[in-house]
Amino acid sequence: MDPSATHSVANGAIEAVWRIESAKIVAGLARMTRDVGLAEELAQEALLAALEKWPGSGVPDNPGAWLMAAAKNRALDHFRHNKLIEAKHEEIGREAEEGFMPDFDAFENDIGDDLLRLIFTACHPVLSTEARAALTLKLLCGLTTDEIARAFLVPEPTVAQRIVRAKRTLAEARVPFEVPRGDELAARLASVLEVIYLVFNEGYSATAGDDWMRPALCEDALRLGRILAELAPNEPEAHGLVALMEIQASRLRARTGPSGEPILLMDQDRARWDHLLVRRGLAALARAEVLEREAGGSLGPYALQAAIAACHARALMYSETDWRRIVALYDALAQLLPSPVVDLNRAVAVTMAYGPEEGLALVDAIAAEPALRGYHLLPSVRGDFLEKLGRLDEARGEFERAASLTRNAREIRLLLDRAAALHPGLRVVK
Amino acid sequence: MRFMMIVIPRGYEKAKPGAMPDAKLVAEMAKYNESLHKAGVMLSGEGLHPPSMGARVSFSGGKPKVTDGPFTEAKEVIGGFWIIQVKSKAEAIEWAKRCPMPDGDTVEIRQLQEFEDFPADVQKAAAGEPALREQLEKKARKR
Repeated sequence: MDPSATHSVANGAIEAVWRIESAKIVAGLARMTRDVGLAEELAQEALLAALEKWPGSGVPDNPGAWLMAAAKNRALDHFRHNKLIEAKHEEIGREAEEGFMPDFDAFENDIGDDLLRLIFTACHPVLSTEARAALTLKLLCGLTTDEIARAFLVPEPTVAQRIVRAKRTLAEARVPFEVPRGDELAARLASVLEVIYLVFNEGYSATAGDDWMRPALCEDALRLGRILAELAPNEPEAHGLVALMEIQASRLRARTGPSGEPILLMDQDRARWDHLLVRRGLAALARAEVLEREAGGSLGPYALQAAIAACHARALMYSETDWRRIVALYDALAQLLPSPVVDLNRAVAVTMAYGPEEGLALVDAIAAEPALRGYHLLPSVRGDFLEKLGRLDEARGEFERAASLTRNAREIRLLLDRAAALHPGLRVVK
Repeated sequence: MRFMMIVIPRGYEKAKPGAMPDAKLVAEMAKYNESLHKAGVMLSGEGLHPPSMGARVSFSGGKPKVTDGPFTEAKEVIGGFWIIQVKSKAEAIEWAKRCPMPDGDTVEIRQLQEFEDFPADVQKAAAGEPALREQLEKKARKR
């Protein structure tokens, strides 16, 4: 046995190969079998075969082809077996399925198309967003159910069940394995982008748990976004989303202090931003802008949010931020995507550009919105404006209320610290 | 995690100024780069002119000393690099194994140091002098 092969197998080489190849294998099989659930099961069986074989034989020269061949063999067995059963029971099946035998030689033509079909299928609107996210991480990123469960802080059986149900729903709804066309494409693309950004956000500002961020999830979402932008290079919003995520991810390492506490944008050391990611983000935004201009359209919601993030990225210091441009971008975003959350963010920009009084008026105007009920950032933002206006007692109350509304331990601490800092006549010892 | 894949081409330490890889290799590299892009792992990548077009600045006794290339004593030199973002060192190795390298070339894998890798005192030093930053901020506000 080649000692170097043993060494690499021992070091998670199979897992690495799986990470690189699994989506392509599932996608190819799904096109051939017309069944995403079955394709995933066959691919898993091929993985098991590799786990059995490779530690002894070493990783083959072309591990992707090996896995694909193993999966195809299992698919052939599966379909032969089914035919046998059908014949025995003399069942009159549906015509389309009775004589169906996939063409396993029609593979290597264009795997990119298959991957794109797989993304659209996994993110089909017939599934709940949670199911879409779990299925996408499983099928496109090659994550195990255990990894997905840990990422979303839910028990593993919950994720496993979510995936089983999702596959069943896709089969029952007879969702075709294809890239939507025409009018349908825009809505379906929005569904894909939503899932990727949901995964990113779950990593970027964890909704629950002890960690304020889970960067690994951000990396998975970025990888997905970059793949999508490569597969659908003419979709401006795909580049817009990538731009948004690259720029936000560039701040990841500046967003936490030495003991894991959150550091707000204004206090971040901008030298610690990842300038490679900033550059990639600005390039992706430029690409989105060019594509929109060529199509005669205007920036979509992700590109607009990326443009806002870019305003921060371009400011070498917080005080150099172009808040007026940010207000204008939020105006455009609010028109496109009317939402109290966008209004809240706009109010922050207005405060920075035109003063806290105007910002406070805007916040008070939306404070009664049902969508913002229980949203901790509303009192947090309001507290900030009140503090700027010198209304410290009111500000303290708002920070305390915000702390009671979030489940993230790190955020609670930050908010209570801000509240404590406002006690009159009390010097805060840090 | 991020890794740099460093290309060490055989004999590149002796390459003449302006030496370039041939079209066939460049075409294979382009294909490989595309596979990195399509997998969503590519962050950055560049090729470097030979050392005969570069220079070295070495430090001894507190003084920089400049030597123009080529560097006769060098046994291996860098020809280019990629920066990739992957899940594990094993995945970085798997990508390196797929590089279309001519016979005798080497690809070295090195993990990028992240801020979290540093011990507390180094983190503090890397964060810079807060007082200086604040001064700069104040100055900028006055502008």
